[in-house]
Amino acid sequence: MTENTHTNEPHVLPLSIYLGIGSILIFLTAGTVYAAGIDFGAYNLLIAMAIATIKASLVAMYFMHLKYDNKLYLLLFLSAIVFLAIFIVITMFDTLRRGDIYEIKSGAIRDAVIYDSLPADTTTHAIADSLSISTDTTDVVIDTTH
Amino acid sequence: MNKMPETHYLNCKKGIKSWLTTVDHKRIGILYLLSIMFFFFVGGMFAVLLRLELLTPDKLYIDSDMYNQFFTLHGAIMIFLFIIPAIPAILGNFILPIMIGAKDVAFPRLNLASWYIYMVGALFAVFSLVAGGVDTGWTFYTPYSTTTSTSVISITLGAFILGFSSICTGLNFIVTVHKLRSPGMTWFKMPLFVWGMYATALIQVLAAPVLGITLLLLIIERVVGIGIFDPAMGGDPVLYQHFFWFYSHPAVYIMILPGMAIISEMITAHSHKKIFGYKAIAYSSLGIAFASFIVWGHHMFTSGQSELAAMIFSFLTFFVAIPSGIKVFNWVATLYKGSIAFTTPMLYTLAFLFLFSIGGLTGIFLGALSVDIHLHDTYFIVAHFHYVMVGGTVIAFLGGLHHWWPKMWGRMYNETLAKISCGLIFVGFNMTFFTQFIMGAQGMPRRYHLYDEAFRPFHAFSTYGSWVMAVGFCLMAYYLIRSLYNGKPAGNNPWGALTHEWQITSPPPEHNFETIPITDHGPYDYDKVVAKSTLTEN
Ligand code: HEM
Ligand SMILES: [Cu+2]
Repeated sequence: MTENTHTNEPHVLPLSIYLGIGSILIFLTAGTVYAAGIDFGAYNLLIAMAIATIKASLVAMYFMHLKYDNKLYLLLFLSAIVFLAIFIVITMFDTLRRGDIYEIKSGAIRDAVIYDSLPADTTTHAIADSLSISTDTTDVVIDTTH
Repeated sequence: MNKMPETHYLNCKKGIKSWLTTVDHKRIGILYLLSIMFFFFVGGMFAVLLRLELLTPDKLYIDSDMYNQFFTLHGAIMIFLFIIPAIPAILGNFILPIMIGAKDVAFPRLNLASWYIYMVGALFAVFSLVAGGVDTGWTFYTPYSTTTSTSVISITLGAFILGFSSICTGLNFIVTVHKLRSPGMTWFKMPLFVWGMYATALIQVLAAPVLGITLLLLIIERVVGIGIFDPAMGGDPVLYQHFFWFYSHPAVYIMILPGMAIISEMITAHSHKKIFGYKAIAYSSLGIAFASFIVWGHHMFTSGQSELAAMIFSFLTFFVAIPSGIKVFNWVATLYKGSIAFTTPMLYTLAFLFLFSIGGLTGIFLGALSVDIHLHDTYFIVAHFHYVMVGGTVIAFLGGLHHWWPKMWGRMYNETLAKISCGLIFVGFNMTFFTQFIMGAQGMPRRYHLYDEAFRPFHAFSTYGSWVMAVGFCLMAYYLIRSLYNGKPAGNNPWGALTHEWQITSPPPEHNFETIPITDHGPYDYDKVVAKSTLTEN
């Protein structure tokens, strides 16, 4: 059985690895602080998150031994991240797109032409003709009083 | 005549203390049985009281505030204290280790701890009951739940703690199934009950933390007003619903998968037929576990979530029905040409097939976006989820209780009374809830205390149905308790079934098996192996 490949003895890494990883983490922390002072515009968040992700992965891999343990644990760990991603992404389909329907419905109003002076014939048909659109497709009443 | 074994897990150690400190999975199952059934009774009392109030369109004996508290407590107790833990914690604890040929679960102490955690969570829930009640509904929706003056904090804290109890049980089952299977018990020789429990455990471990964090956010919002759900501070009340249903839709499968797991056992054991489509049933449990995580927004079609999200969720929702459909068809195919014995567990199985199909199919109606706009928050929803949760899970649980009762206690109950009780519950259930489909489609909103005169006949009929059901449950309590004293000894294998638990004495010995059992045939090889019933032998 593949599940029994590791022994029950604690897995001990040489001190140098701990210190090495520790100093990389400190270095990256400094990187975060430094990057916070520079304005990358839209990339601000991306860069901060990228550094944080690298740090978190290092902690999980070395300090939490995921790199050396049974790969099943890695799979479990990653699946938790997948679930989190599903939750956030699908929720954003809602939060970022709320009210879109009004955008679509209001398109006709937004695109309507506003005249400086009244056309000679103010019936809807005449206006539609002058804009070369069909009256069947406009469900918007164009306000011609101004 | 069968005889009771001399020593077994029930009498090997004596005294209250031996029970409260036990690490035996069977005894822990019994502790759970007692405590969960107590809360089932409390939740049931609220149900009867609610239905009584709805007998007439106007106030009968409680005012509207009280009514709101009653349905909240009914819902919260039934969901968090009864239906979620019921099958895994009672029957799973008792049967799962024996089924895979193990002496106990992987972490016996954690198992006992989970029971204590459950009791602490229950205490908080009970505390909120005496400290003025709660009136938000079991879903605790913001913004109401952050502003009402009732004791929301203690009950959500209770649900939070109960979540940990679920996680402990789930974790324990996952490790047990991976590590403690006896020789020959390969993954595909596992009884389907174990597969169902395993899939449930996965959802519990993945989803319960989300509930925890949601309820914690709600508590923090109430106490210090961080504003995450408050638009005035840049928050979003609909976000709460995302959090809540991201847990709670998978949670409906935490409720139904164990029920389905029981059905697979009962349908084979009581028709002596090899299961049809073993792998399809096993994999569909995992399929359900996965699909259940991507459909939560179907509870939010009218919440103001974006139309895009609503369309995506509606589309995905239709997929969850597929694995459930696969199971139902496989069970029906299993019955074909089986030697069906109309024992009490089999009656419950048939009731399940009938009721769960109605519940599942109405779920499809609700998943259709435009139909749901009309039906949302009406009695149609109430009927839908009672058909799946009561018609599905509770019926399967009761069937399982009757199926394994002889194993738990070593004694049979009175079959005639059991069948009458099953019939009363089935008829009463349909009287109570089928009427609600009709009312709901006609526009009767849910969670209303007073209603229009036009709905009176439906509500009255529904209330009569609840009385029929109540009589059925009282009868059940009577004959089950009586069987403990004078039920006739069941022998090892009253149903002539093939899984491991039926090959040992009833009640089982303290450590389940004297020698480690070896699995040489599949759990449902009724075509190859003959097991005689210990009831009919003599
Ligand atoms: C066959 C697959 C299923 C489908 C397609 C389905 C679909 C739905 C939909 C669309 C709703 C939301 C209706 C609304 O609020 O407007 C709903 C509500 C609900 N369903 Fe299901 N469902 C299914 C199975 C289940 C199962 C197995 C359970 C429980 C064991 C369940 C329990 C519930 C509950 C509790 C609610 C109401 C929640 C509330 O608002 O309080 N459903 N279902
Ligand atoms: Cu759902």
